Amino acid sequence: MAEERLILTSDEMRRALTRIAHEIVESNKGLEGLMLVGVRRRGVPLARRIADAIASFENASVPVGALDINLYRDDLTSRPQPLVRPTEMPVGIEGKAVVLVDDVLFTGRTVRSALDALMDLGRPRIVQLAVLVDRGHHEFPIRADFVGKNVPTSLDEIVEVRVTEIDGTEEVALVERVKAAPA
Amino acid sequence: MMAHATEQSTVAAQTETPPRRRHVLDLDDFSRNEITALLDSAEAMHELLSRSIKKAPSLRGKVVLTLFLEPSTRTRVSFEQAGKMLSADVINISGSGSSAEKGESLLNTALTLQAMHADLIVIRSPHSGAPYFLARNLQRMGVVNAGDGRHAHPTQALLDLMTMRHHVGGLEGKRVVIVGDVLHSRVARSDVFGLHALGASVVLCGPPTLIPLDLLHKGEGDSLPDVSVEHDLDRAIEDADAVIALRIQQERQGAGMLPSMREYTRRWQVTEARYRRAKPGALLMHPGPMNEGVEIASSLAHGPGSQIEEQVTNGVAVRMALLYQLLTGGQEEAAE
Amino acid sequence: MSRPILITGARVIDPVSGSDRTGDLFMRDGVIADAPDATPGDALVVDGKGLVAAPGFIDLHTHLREPGFEDKESIETGTAAAAAGGFTTVCAMPNTSPAIDTAAVVDFITHRAREAGPVRVLAFGAVSRGRKGVELTDMEELARAGVVGFTDDGSPVATGLLMEHALLYAGELGLPVMDHCEDHSITAGLGMHEGAVASRLGLAGYPSAAEESLVARDIALLGLTGGHFHVAHVSTAGGVEMVRNAKGRGLRVTAEVTPNHLTMTDEWVLGVNGSASGIARPLSLSAYETRAKVSPPLRSRSDRDALVEGLRDGTIDAVATDHAPHTFGDKATPFDEAAVGISTLETAFGSLMSLVRAGAIDLPTLVARLTLGPASVLGERFANLASLAVGTPADIVLFDPEERWVVDVSRFASKGKNTPLAGQTLQGRVRMTIAGGEVAFREAGQ
Repeated sequence: MAEERLILTSDEMRRALTRIAHEIVESNKGLEGLMLVGVRRRGVPLARRIADAIASFENASVPVGALDINLYRDDLTSRPQPLVRPTEMPVGIEGKAVVLVDDVLFTGRTVRSALDALMDLGRPRIVQLAVLVDRGHHEFPIRADFVGKNVPTSLDEIVEVRVTEIDGTEEVALVERVKAAPA
Repeated sequence: MMAHATEQSTVAAQTETPPRRRHVLDLDDFSRNEITALLDSAEAMHELLSRSIKKAPSLRGKVVLTLFLEPSTRTRVSFEQAGKMLSADVINISGSGSSAEKGESLLNTALTLQAMHADLIVIRSPHSGAPYFLARNLQRMGVVNAGDGRHAHPTQALLDLMTMRHHVGGLEGKRVVIVGDVLHSRVARSDVFGLHALGASVVLCGPPTLIPLDLLHKGEGDSLPDVSVEHDLDRAIEDADAVIALRIQQERQGAGMLPSMREYTRRWQVTEARYRRAKPGALLMHPGPMNEGVEIASSLAHGPGSQIEEQVTNGVAVRMALLYQLLTGGQEEAAE
Repeated sequence: MSRPILITGARVIDPVSGSDRTGDLFMRDGVIADAPDATPGDALVVDGKGLVAAPGFIDLHTHLREPGFEDKESIETGTAAAAAGGFTTVCAMPNTSPAIDTAAVVDFITHRAREAGPVRVLAFGAVSRGRKGVELTDMEELARAGVVGFTDDGSPVATGLLMEHALLYAGELGLPVMDHCEDHSITAGLGMHEGAVASRLGLAGYPSAAEESLVARDIALLGLTGGHFHVAHVSTAGGVEMVRNAKGRGLRVTAEVTPNHLTMTDEWVLGVNGSASGIARPLSLSAYETRAKVSPPLRSRSDRDALVEGLRDGTIDAVATDHAPHTFGDKATPFDEAAVGISTLETAFGSLMSLVRAGAIDLPTLVARLTLGPASVLGERFANLASLAVGTPADIVLFDPEERWVVDVSRFASKGKNTPLAGQTLQGRVRMTIAGGEVAFREAGQ
């Protein structure tokens, strides 16, 4: 069995997301043109949590989109094939202030792919990045604008963000990689 | 509702990853999971098709050849568009002007193309089994069957399944009628295998001269799984969830297989009256190209139940999903 | 002259006398002789322990391809293949280029055969000039040049009227008319039996009715004309039944069947050597097996069973190979475009032995259908070819009924490597073939 250490409990996760929600509204000076776009798969429920939080204190809803980045990956021939799922945008992204939401920022390659995927959908006014966990080891000049928690990690560890819709629980854990496989 | 179904099936498919596949020759070796995963992926591709920038970079640097040894615009263009939207380089070779017409054998043509480091060949051939022949002779190139003789047309069947899933929902326990020239129809054969995998039952309907003999006289073992044959369209269409009308070739009359197109139309055309015997809102499909006013009454073909144009769009989406599946993903190949 | 040969301690089967004994077999000066008290010093002595000695096999139906198609086979390679298969007499089919429709072509073949080696080559002449199905050939001239019968094989005798005339004219010469019974007006596609497998593969079928229709035509004509009608490569239960019935009515009908139709079915086109239980499974990459494409096509299991029974009870007189060699390229195509035919001479005996092991036919009967049966089709003057009596030609096959061997087409003497049996294990192997008192073939190690 893999070694596992809890980084965020369900409550801590909720608090982190609520804080991010406040920071997003503050940084954008309101909700005008604001749109949250979750990166599939776990970025999507996280974006919904943030939108719900915003709705609870601003009394207004922010549109939430779902972005599938698999067609834009730079490693399609070197890893097992990911399943492609639809990208769903409730409104156009043209001229919007888009906040990309993902669970973990690691190498930055997912974010790079997400930016490519986003650009093919239109031209947003500004794109920002919100992640629940920043674990370091960035390989691209990419940083997050909103971070739930910074977690120093080694390359032998995996950060697992769990959400009720997909995993049945709400928490973040640090897991020891069982067998070293190329990232 | 659709999005919900997609999300659910995606989760199911992820727990059981479909096997790596090099070729798509027919649907007879596709499991329910594999078809479901492919159709889910096709939904994503369908979304890409509706954007103003209809292009994603995932097949950049891949070379797809289409070798069409039989006239076809629809299928060839569909494959070409699918490849190009995913940024593959697509090279079209047609029967006329190619070495095929100068007497070079199919084998030598294919080996030459493989030596040019193409990744995938999409073949349409008048000869049943031609894609199998290529697949066993090509070590480095995948093969996709775009229709072989009267044998199979798996991508057409996949797009039919996608259209049906859209309009009918899950196909388990559903009743699908395929009417027309079943004997010569590669579409019918592949549809039957796909529908069988998804749990639908199929009724084949048409003149006795255009139904395979072995299905008329059961005994030696059936060439198609779980189909029934009913010559009377009024009876066959009763309570159908979907109706697929096949193209009827005018030549069949000349070959003595049909008394006349007039008689065919009278007995096997999907008319308004017959369509009303199907379930309310039953789906009406045709693989195209359609003879106006023969297989389907004109008023129906352009009416609300008809999804013939959507079939064309779904065709591109399904082929994108297929190309993506065949040309991306590494490492697991060695498992074969 | 050649050395005397003594085979010792073999099981010796003589279909003419009906004897089946263990003992010695001696031959000198090209004929069977009484064994002398002392073995001559120059004699080749072969230990026959555990082996069976019988008259050399006679093939009524061999495509030697020469003249005209030497890329597929030549008389030299074809007769070498015959020897390797235990055959000491083969009958060349006339669908060459030019066809065997003049005495000059017969002479050419006879000459080339004499150059090639000791296996006896007989020839069938064409029924029609150029095998075009219109005018009769000069049958009497061909008979004088040595042909043993007439056929337009590869194609049927084109019309009923031509068949009627051929039966009358050849009948007067005392020669058989062999017909490739295929009603072209019924066959939609070549090389695939009409049935569930054809339907599964989306291939146009060649129904049993196409054979039965022409067998019926020819038998009806024979009742009108007299003479001798020989059914080439019968493949259907219906065909066998019609021959049985006609023989019962006293008509001079004979029939042959190939080892392929006796041992394989249409399922072999699925490309899994017929082993998988059929069409319910997904097709494998080896489906559309062109090496199993043959005319008439491999039929259903019930047809195969009827053929075996017909061979056993004598309705079918002879096993004939229909050896049909082709080049690699002829078969390396989609199924529709592939040439029809199987290279059969070198696998015939091994595959037929499976019938003996299955108890469908006993060994002496099988040997008779490979020797006495075909000799009687050819007529009284060839009866001695199936005999081991003193003074008859020293045409002998020596085989091991138990030896297992793997069919390695790269070792075929035939240029035709086209057989679906490639890589299969057969049990029963020809160890030595003696033709005209000379060793024509000897399996390495023997």
